[in-house]
Amino acid sequence: MSRERVLRSVRAALGEARGTEVNVPRDYHHRLTGEEAGSRADVVALFSERVADHRATVRHVGADELATTVAAALWAREAKRIVVPDDLPYGWLAQLEGVQALADAGTVDVAVLDAVDGVVTGCAAAVARTGTVVLDGGRAQGRRALTLVPDYHLCVVHADQIVGTVPEAVARLDPYRPLTWISGPAATLDLGLRRVPGVHGPRELEVLVVED
Amino acid sequence: MTSGPIPLPMPRVLGALGGTGPGEAARPRFATAAREALADTGQRRSLRESMAVLRGRREAATAEAADWEELREAGRAVRDRSLLSLDTHLETLEGAVTDAGGTVHWAADAAEARRIVVGLVRATGRSEVIEVRSPVTREIGLDRALAGAGVDVAETGAADLAVRLAGERPAHFLLPAVHRDPAEIRRTFLRRMPGAPSDLTDDPRELADAARAHLRRRLLSADVAVIGAAFAVAETGTLVMPEGDGGGRMCLTLPETLICVLGIEQVVPCWRDMEILLQLLPRSATGERMSPYVSTWTGVSAQDGPRDLHVVLLDNGRTAALADEVGRAALRCIGCAACLSVCPVYERTGGHAYAAGGSVLSGPIGAIWTPQTRGVRGAAEASLPFASTLCGACGDVCPVKIDIPGILVHLRGKVVQARRHRPVPPPEMAVMRALAWAMGDRRRYEPALRQGVRWARLLSRGGRIRRLPGLLGKWTEARDLPAPPRDPFRVRWRER
Amino acid sequence: MRVALFVACFNDVLFPRTGEAVASLLTRLGCEVSFTPEQTCCGQMHWSTGYQREAAGLARGFTEVFGPQDVVVTPAASCATTIRDAYPRIAEATADPGLAGAAARLTVYELTEFLVDVLGVTDVGAYFPHRVAYHPTCHSLRALRLGDRPLRLLRAVRGLELAELPAAEECCGFGGAFAMKNSDVSVAMVADKVRHIRQSSADVVCAVDNSCLAHIGGALSRLRGGVRAMHLAEILAATEASR
Ligand code: SF4
Repeated sequence: MSRERVLRSVRAALGEARGTEVNVPRDYHHRLTGEEAGSRADVVALFSERVADHRATVRHVGADELATTVAAALWAREAKRIVVPDDLPYGWLAQLEGVQALADAGTVDVAVLDAVDGVVTGCAAAVARTGTVVLDGGRAQGRRALTLVPDYHLCVVHADQIVGTVPEAVARLDPYRPLTWISGPAATLDLGLRRVPGVHGPRELEVLVVED
Repeated sequence: MTSGPIPLPMPRVLGALGGTGPGEAARPRFATAAREALADTGQRRSLRESMAVLRGRREAATAEAADWEELREAGRAVRDRSLLSLDTHLETLEGAVTDAGGTVHWAADAAEARRIVVGLVRATGRSEVIEVRSPVTREIGLDRALAGAGVDVAETGAADLAVRLAGERPAHFLLPAVHRDPAEIRRTFLRRMPGAPSDLTDDPRELADAARAHLRRRLLSADVAVIGAAFAVAETGTLVMPEGDGGGRMCLTLPETLICVLGIEQVVPCWRDMEILLQLLPRSATGERMSPYVSTWTGVSAQDGPRDLHVVLLDNGRTAALADEVGRAALRCIGCAACLSVCPVYERTGGHAYAAGGSVLSGPIGAIWTPQTRGVRGAAEASLPFASTLCGACGDVCPVKIDIPGILVHLRGKVVQARRHRPVPPPEMAVMRALAWAMGDRRRYEPALRQGVRWARLLSRGGRIRRLPGLLGKWTEARDLPAPPRDPFRVRWRER
Repeated sequence: MRVALFVACFNDVLFPRTGEAVASLLTRLGCEVSFTPEQTCCGQMHWSTGYQREAAGLARGFTEVFGPQDVVVTPAASCATTIRDAYPRIAEATADPGLAGAAARLTVYELTEFLVDVLGVTDVGAYFPHRVAYHPTCHSLRALRLGDRPLRLLRAVRGLELAELPAAEECCGFGGAFAMKNSDVSVAMVADKVRHIRQSSADVVCAVDNSCLAHIGGALSRLRGGVRAMHLAEILAATEASR
């Protein structure tokens, strides 16, 4: 059987070196340096700056303005119908007038996802240094198709979800959950080495940072 | 030879067994293939410009990370840790994937990997699949095998689409159409892509939209997907896929069945190691702080993504490379292609010249990977370690610190070693031996020097030599050689 | 200070003036320069072309000739790299611990390292009234990591105007056997190098290695470019008196 054959080849190839323990020096930065961000406010500011670098729209809102801002963002796009995970906090959509929100519990058809005007979700964590939001399918995030097929993704990030670095995010996230790390809208360098939006994921990403 | 007493396992013969697609013609030596590429001035211009852009992006992104050198050292260690206990990690990975609801398959060579994937696709009863082309799926020649089995494959990448429509091979394993500028891609789309808008311009944005429109229905309705991935985490069974355009997300989210083909070296011990590799890879590859999308998933999840997950683990000569204590460092490679964009040889020849036996990896990594996984018996493979000036730029940028120039020299030693057994030594070997003999002792060196000088001065005119005979004639094809002065330094020193 | 000169075989035969320049420069700076005629070749060409066994023989010869010397100086950056970086590898490849030990005991400096780090000088009292471009050869740049040592030395030369060389750090395409085995690519690379040298409008292009300079100079000469290729040592050795 090839399983045995491959494993045997590996063992033979390694010979005496097999099982040599290699120490991994982890003296790279685990947190942001003081230069990058001295305070919590700096971390949040860095996150916003880096999200914007990816050509995503980023806005800061107070908790009490969230519903209005969500609604305004959708109105601005003349969105008629959107999809949301069925456990999205009701309050986020409280001001939504004239926009139909489909709550997905894992059953909305792909063709419908393709036809809606956008999706609104929360996230599991966010990374300041790289301008990344991470979704893990947990509360307010839904299944992965939800944030993939619609062409517009509005992602709500609470300031306390933002960590400084990739190591902090990796430590906080659960690898057994399906994770999607999103750094800006879908983009390809394939066609002339300029980062252009597309081809398959949402071509627009808007991030709302909720400060408490 | 450095390999010492380690017994060489069977994969030495894999060069013959493995390979790419059925019917792949023997490829020429690097120098011959390169000549063709050098003559393609359009491609050369595109490559020169693209490589300069990529270099600039990488430089900026790595300079920004103040802990870049620490990350590289950690990356090197993580990859060495993976490789030196590869058997254990593979078994752990298999267990973790299985526990999470996936199935693991093992393929000793490309043919077996093709059989496995084709069999899995057949078992679904579908005749359409979508694919994120990756170096590994190209390596096993999957598209041809699927087509042969009557399966219709749609690629997700716009560049892959452009390259296929143009009937070309990718020139770069990460950015397949990097040798073509947007105007050329536009022409290909207009000519060969059904439904391409007739007013399509060469604005990359429009090209991306055209590809989106062309592929959308297929992607949304696919039931089976085949992909590669960047890493597999042994501890948890997690697969990791960074990408830009979302084609990977389409594949690993929408279809019922997902088949992921991985080289055995792509395993990484633990989840925490991702904190290193997910920093090294995007900055090195495309000069991004993070790839637009990184998906990580473990087995199958209820109500989210495929119901069937298959992981195919491929050897195809990797264990032959692993058996070489010096050369095995090549398997650390995380496929960022940074070594390509700094390589002055790649920049002028593109990827096709490196395609010995249909190999996929090109540039400096291809030059050390292919001769190791396929062996150096074939002339094309044996020419690859010499396809470098040893300028060292590749080793300096490699995020996992592969000493590419050192391995190139090591492999040159293997090539020469293999030739020592020929009954009649090749001319070069005769010359090199004679030179070493002459230079081995002053009493032989000085008379040889005198003779050489006399001979060279006979060939010279006006202080320079414009044509040399024999092996050295290659030099004077485009370069003069100064005529040696009558007295060498040692004579002048004595007589000073 | 007593200094043993390793001139390198190709300088011995093709560029004896470079050896003379090093000797006169170091003597001028107060060193006592010796030349052992037993020296031949460090083995670089054999090693980098894959002839490990032959390279090992030459390396052993080198360590025998230079073992007794306290300090060895060479104007060939790639040979200095070979001795320093490759000898331990040659020893390992040919299972010769004796060579490894002998190599470890050698103290070999490339010329500009010796000047700047050991003698602590950057102004060597040279005079060279020309416009000069400096090509950092790959070995000097990425293996020896000479950094700006050669440039500091050049900047202190009286009368010398330093020309900016575009894409200076790109390989000239020499690469030893590469120049022959892949001559088409090699020539394409040196053509770009020559173009950049012309753009710099230098009269002289210099480097710390005559092997690359033979390649660049050979292409310049074929194209009758009017630009001279010259080892850095010859510039540093030039004085007002020597004109
Ligand atoms: S060898 Fe190093 S630089 Fe080249 S692709 Fe692999 S990881 Fe990247």
